[in-house]
Parts: sequence; structure tokens; C-alpha cells
Amino acid sequence: MHSMLTVLRFNLHELARNRWLGAYALFFGAIGWALFYFGAAPDQAAASVLDLVVFLVPLVSLTVGVLCFYSARDYADLLLTQPISRRTVFAGQYLAAALSLAVPFAVGLGVPFLWYGSHERAMETLLLLLLAGLMLTLICVALAFLISVGTENRLGALGGALVVWLFFVVIYDGLLLVLIMAFPNYQLGRPLAGLVLLNPFDLARIVILLRLDIAALMGYTGAIFQQFFGATRGLVIALTALSLWTVLPILLGAIAYARRDF
Amino acid sequence: MNRRLSVKPLRESSRLLFALTKCGLALVAFAVLSLNAASSILAAQEPAPITVCPTCRFTSIKAAVRYAPAGSLIVVHAGYYHENNLIVNKSLKIVGENWPIVDGGGLSDVITITADSVGLSGFVVQHSGMGTYGDPAGIKVNKVRGCVIDNNRVLDDLFGIYLAFSTDCQVKNNFVRGHTLSESFGGNAIHLWNCRRVVVENNRVNGYRDGLYFEFLHDSTIVGNLSEHNLRYGMHTMYSADNSYRDNTLRNNNAGEVLMYSQRLVVTGNRIEHNWGAACYGALLKDLDDSRLERNLFVHNSVGLYADNSNHNTIAENEFLNNGIAARVLADSDGNRFTNNAFDANTFDVATNSTTTSDNSFNRNYWSGYRGYDLNGDGIGDVPYHPVALFAVLAENYPATMILLRSPFAELLQVAELAIPALTPKALADAQPLIRRPSWSKSVTFASASER
Repeated sequence: MHSMLTVLRFNLHELARNRWLGAYALFFGAIGWALFYFGAAPDQAAASVLDLVVFLVPLVSLTVGVLCFYSARDYADLLLTQPISRRTVFAGQYLAAALSLAVPFAVGLGVPFLWYGSHERAMETLLLLLLAGLMLTLICVALAFLISVGTENRLGALGGALVVWLFFVVIYDGLLLVLIMAFPNYQLGRPLAGLVLLNPFDLARIVILLRLDIAALMGYTGAIFQQFFGATRGLVIALTALSLWTVLPILLGAIAYARRDF
Repeated sequence: MNRRLSVKPLRESSRLLFALTKCGLALVAFAVLSLNAASSILAAQEPAPITVCPTCRFTSIKAAVRYAPAGSLIVVHAGYYHENNLIVNKSLKIVGENWPIVDGGGLSDVITITADSVGLSGFVVQHSGMGTYGDPAGIKVNKVRGCVIDNNRVLDDLFGIYLAFSTDCQVKNNFVRGHTLSESFGGNAIHLWNCRRVVVENNRVNGYRDGLYFEFLHDSTIVGNLSEHNLRYGMHTMYSADNSYRDNTLRNNNAGEVLMYSQRLVVTGNRIEHNWGAACYGALLKDLDDSRLERNLFVHNSVGLYADNSNHNTIAENEFLNNGIAARVLADSDGNRFTNNAFDANTFDVATNSTTTSDNSFNRNYWSGYRGYDLNGDGIGDVPYHPVALFAVLAENYPATMILLRSPFAELLQVAELAIPALTPKALADAQPLIRRPSWSKSVTFASASER
């Protein structure tokens, strides 16, 4: 444990020198601030930020995750000559990368919301938005590490990361659309709820969307989703699914890392 | 012979004189009588008012109404009057001072007006019967001409103010509040049935099934009312024609303005807002023809304006702000003209259930989603605007698609559709979109409109 913290500390120290993680924080801060400054109600601001969270956070987390892994490769090679388990090195590096993305995101987005959005309801939505963004960060960095372990070079890993991003953001939803259009006469509410659990990006988007009043547009399927995800039980299921999406890639990655030959 | 001759004219003349005198007397008598009548009519204009109060000669309004000749003024002072259906069957003016309370005790109507030209003002009218048999109301007006229901507080009745088969009435400045719990056993705050030339002005109503309900209403004016928090509709019009609806505010109902099976209505300057939820509408048009909706404000409704089998209406200079779908026009609606409206920050501008749309025209509207340009600077965009988003078409045909709402994939589809239109109705386009928001629409800022 102590050695993992040491690895974490060194990696964080390294990453803190990376200026554009500060820019990442500033970016979310600027977006949040601008939304409120130009007069959006907290609910609308949340809806706009939601678009960014499900689009940008995964993209940045996946690519930066891969870059972190490979930039720390030399350091990792050095570490692995020491009497430290591979699992510890992997976990330390993962935590360092995830933290260095999660903290700028939370600070950048949290400050303008805390500054302007004093409504209780907005605070609830903000917390959920922050939670979703953080979960997506953890998930995507984990996926990035898994991809990195499985590929030989940085470019291949980056390509893999983009394919994964494209799959969850575009292809999966496209398949859902095909499914919906193929069974127009069936009530797909429950099967779709199950399928959404399998895509963390969709899951994060829908859980938040259901809390915004735009959910009224979602009609019958929305009502079923509301029933499913709106209650505490549904929220717990969603959080569990998101947690599994974090834990499974890390475990798989750690196992693969232990077996890798370098 | 001569005498006779001389006498005869005399007799004739005396007869004539007598006849004339009779006529004169009759005339005088008539004049005196009519003067009397006139003076009594004049006196009726300013009679000594009959007062009702708990310590007066009349302690119940019912007794005062029985005693009063037609045309009297009855002044009712503050107090609690348990009248058990007060029937006003003479032309009387009944004025409450300091809010006397007329309580129906939960039986039938509280006040029933069955005579022409009755004035009723200044009362608290409460607790009609709640059984639906006979539609009990706080104030029921039946088969009269020229009533004035002004400045009353009508509370907790099955129906608030109910006019049937009446003409030339005014219902104004009343506050009508109910606690209707279910649509099927609820009444309406102001209910007009088979009426003509009625003015409904400046009333505040809430808590009923429908706030304002008009059926078979003609040539009437509904102006400046506020109808909110009703179970079903803010304002509901059925089988009516030639009415004018001005400057009303309809908010937080299931649907704001519902116009059905009617013709030639003029709906202007109304504020229709926060009718939000599944199956909620700002204005719902069903079989509405040849009507005008102008300068209305639709803010934050699930569907701003919904048109089903409604034809040849003009929708002009309205502002659609922050709605889920600003206008949903079904393909069975024809010849509706949308012109000079502002569509601002709606999730979807226009939705329809057909890709080969009917001939509704959109022209010279302002669309906040417009991304075109204006090279010659005449204020009109050079590229047509297609207000029906692809995602809206998909959601119309496959409702479950809505789970992809606000997903990057939906945005991508929209971009693709803009580049290569395939599914969205090509004919449904604004060929002359306005570049700038029309000047009149600046009165509402984004932030103040989103307040709830």
C-alpha cells in the first residue's frame, strides 16, 4: 500500500507539471461561468454541460489516459526492477492519471455552479453531474490503461482508444436506433433500459436527463426509464453498473499488466 | 226646419266639444299617469337601497329579494348568510359590502340568477353542492339577458360561475378558486354554455378542471384573465365561433389554450407558459379553422402549439421561447400560415408526423437555430431554414428513439441530415428566414422567461 502511494505521488508530481491539465480545469470553469453569465437558468446550464460531459470527458480521458500510460513507461520500467509488485505499479499509475483528470474537472465545473447556482434542486443536479463526470473519467482512464496494456505502441493504443470512444458514443447508439426501428410495434422500454446499462456514456446521460425537466419530452419510454432509474433503487443500479465499468477494466488491465513481458 | 237646421250644428258642435273634452281629459289623465310612471321609473334609478345585515329588518338576502320590487338595489353588509340556494328572479342590483359570505351549505347552486339585468358584486360565494347531478355552481345564470357578475370571490364550488343560454352578460374581476381533485368529477371555474355576446374580463381562476370553459359561445370577448394550476386546461373552447381572446395568462395547466371544433377565433396577446409534462400543450388546436393567433407568447411548454385537423389559421408574430417542441403540426392540418414568429431556444422548432407534408407555410419567421447568411443585408436569410429536425422525425415515428435525446449521436445525425437531407420533409421550409429577432420580441429576456 505504501509503495503504491509512493508510485502515485511520483506520477502525480510528474503530471502536475503538465500545463494543459490546468487548461482542462479552466475550460470547464469558463464554460460553466459563461453559461450562467449569459443568463441560463441552472437547469438549462446543467443540460448544456451534460452534452459536454458525455462527449468531451470520455474523449479527453481516453486519450490522456493512453498518453499518461506511455509517458510513464520508462519510469515504470525502472520501477519494475525494484521489489514492487506489478499490480502496485499499475494501480499507482492508474490512480495518478485518473486523479489528475478528475480533480481539474471537478474544480473547473464545481466552482461556477457553486458560485451562481444556489438553488437546492440545481445543487442536486450538479452533484449528479459531477458524479457522472467523475465516474466517466474513472471508467475511461481504466479503459485507456486496458487498451494500452494490450497494445504494443502509443499510436496503436491511441487508435484503440478512439475506436472505443467512437463505439460508445456513436456506433452503440446507432445500433440502438436500428433495434428501435426494427421493432416498431414492441414496447422496448425494459430491454432498452438493460441495453443502456451496457453503455456507460448513455447511462450517465440518461440518469441526468431524467432529472431535468426536458425528460417530459421522452414520452412513454421516458416514463418507463423514469420508473426504472428515477427511484433510489434505479440510481443504485446505475451507480453499480458505472462502478463495474470502472472496476472490471482495472482488474483486467492489472492481470494483463502482470502477464506482459516487459 | 230652419230651427232644426240651426239647432243641429249646435248639437253637433257641442257633441264635438264634449268629445274633445273627453279626449283632453283622457290626455291629461294619460299625461299624469305617464308622469307618475316616469317619476316612479326615475325614482327606481335612485331608490332607497334595501339593506340586509344580521341586525337589519332583512336578515337574509332571500327575504330581501322576495320583498324588493324589480329594479331595486339591495345592499348586503358583512355577515354570514346561509341561503340554501338564493334565487334571483327579478331585475335587481345586489351589492355586497365588506365581503358578506353566501354559503350554499353543500347543496345545489349557491346563487341562481333567472331574471334579466341582474347585477351581483362584492360577495364571497362558497360551498355549492358537489354531486355532479345538475352541475351545481357558485353562481348559476340561466336564460337571461344582460347580467353583470363583478368582483366576487367564488370559492370551493363544483362549478364557479356558470352561465347557460344567456346573452349580453359581463363576468369580470372575479376570483374563482376550487380544489378539484379529479378530472371526471370536477367542474370548471367559469363555464359558459350556449351564450352570446358575453364579456369575461380580468378574472383570476385556479384549482378547477378547466379554468375557463366555453361551449357554443359566440361573439364574445375574453380578456385579461389569469387561469393557472388547473387539473386540465387553462382555457377550453368547444363548438364556438367569432370570439376574441386577448391578453390572458394561462400557466401551469396541463394545456393552456385549448380550441376545438371552432371557427373564426381571434387569439391575441396571450401569455401561455409552463404547461410542462408528458402530454402537455401550450395551445392545442383540434378542428379549429379560419382563426388567428397573433402576438402570443409561448414559454416553456412541452409542446408550444399543437395543430390536429386544423385548417386555414394564421399564426403570426408569436414568440415561441424555450419549449420542448415549439409547433407540432400534424399532416391532417392544411393551409396554416406561420409568419413573422420568433422561434427561440426550443428543443425542437417544428415536428410533424409526415415526411411529405401538407401545405402549411412557414415564411419570414425568426429561428434561433438558423445558421444561414444574408449577403445583400436585407434582413432575410439567403438559405431556406428547415425547421423539422431529423431526430424529431424519428421520434415522431419511433417514440422510443427519445432515449437518444441530447446524445452526441443525435447531433451527428442532425449534421448528416443537414448535409444530405433524406428523411426530413423538404417542402416544410422557411424560404425567407429572418436574420434578426423581430423588434417586438425583445420584451422577454431569456432569464426572466425561465423563472418559475
